[in-house]
Amino acid sequence: MVTTVLFGVLILGVILELLRRRRLREKYAALWLFTGCFVIVMALFPGGLDGVAGYVGVASGASLVLFLAVVFLLVIAMHLSWEVSELEEETRSISEEIALLRMELERLLPASPALQEGRRDEPTDSTS
Amino acid sequence: MLVVVPAWNEEESIAGVVHEVRRTLPDVDVLVVDDGSTDQTAVRAGEAGALVARLPYNLGVGGAMRLGFRYAVEGGYDTVVQIDADGQHDPAFVPQLLDRIAAGADLVIGARFAGVGEYRTRGPRRWAMAVLSKVLSHLAGTRLTDTTSGMRATSRPLVELFARHYPVEYLGDTVETLAMAARRGFRIEQVPVAMRVRTTGKPSHAFGMATIYLVRALVVLVLALIRR
Repeated sequence: MVTTVLFGVLILGVILELLRRRRLREKYAALWLFTGCFVIVMALFPGGLDGVAGYVGVASGASLVLFLAVVFLLVIAMHLSWEVSELEEETRSISEEIALLRMELERLLPASPALQEGRRDEPTDSTS
Repeated sequence: MLVVVPAWNEEESIAGVVHEVRRTLPDVDVLVVDDGSTDQTAVRAGEAGALVARLPYNLGVGGAMRLGFRYAVEGGYDTVVQIDADGQHDPAFVPQLLDRIAAGADLVIGARFAGVGEYRTRGPRRWAMAVLSKVLSHLAGTRLTDTTSGMRATSRPLVELFARHYPVEYLGDTVETLAMAARRGFRIEQVPVAMRVRTTGKPSHAFGMATIYLVRALVVLVLALIRR
């Protein structure tokens, strides 16, 4: 029980620290904060869970928790895949925009030495 | 009219392709989309007299083509013709594609297997192509023998659609675009063309690769059919 409480507190701590350093958007933070609180509550009142399990027709509290955890992680993984797809689409659009802008720039400033230089660079370091 | 050539590390063949297109079709603009090449593709294309758009990193043929279509929309071009950078497409066939566009078609494919020239495949790759061709022919309401051809002409209404929504995933640029166009009621046609042996690079013929290709092609096809 002590382990579980410590674990919940650890999660809460990490989330709060990430939030404090602005490394995590609050839309995700809410989710993980809720998870942390849930773990702590469960650890403090282990009996309550068996009651809930019996109420919904699951044999033991442990299997109910495992089931919920799997569903929860699955949903999170799906959400993150979706999020990554969105981000990829956004970066694609931006890189297309960059290519168009660079074309326009080369058309307007054909003699610019910086651009001529940039032409022969590796694609990744175009910051000359 | 705009000829778009998606190119990824094709420094050996790109200049030849650009020269040939400009010689065969003097009135068209050639846009080479350098898809994050690490070699001299962009420089060679520019020297050969093409417009060059350089993507900052590799997006695949679909991404390169969407950029081409966006450029076409902004530049007010009526028709976009796509040609591969490896030199396997002969620009001499482009006028035939354009004739079909002028006659009211929206998407014209330059098709191998359609009587002109020689091109053969075997095994899983052949089956994949057969299934794709069967399903997409049904969808388009016309016989399409070469659904994965990278030589195609696109009419203005379809250019506008593709500039906004162009499938960027594997095989999306060939298979899914056909499904998209067909399901939206655009007219698809094919013109038989001869393709040359690639001047550089090698086609993938290994059995394992071909099987993976078959599976991926089927996934793309099913997705294309159920997508909105």
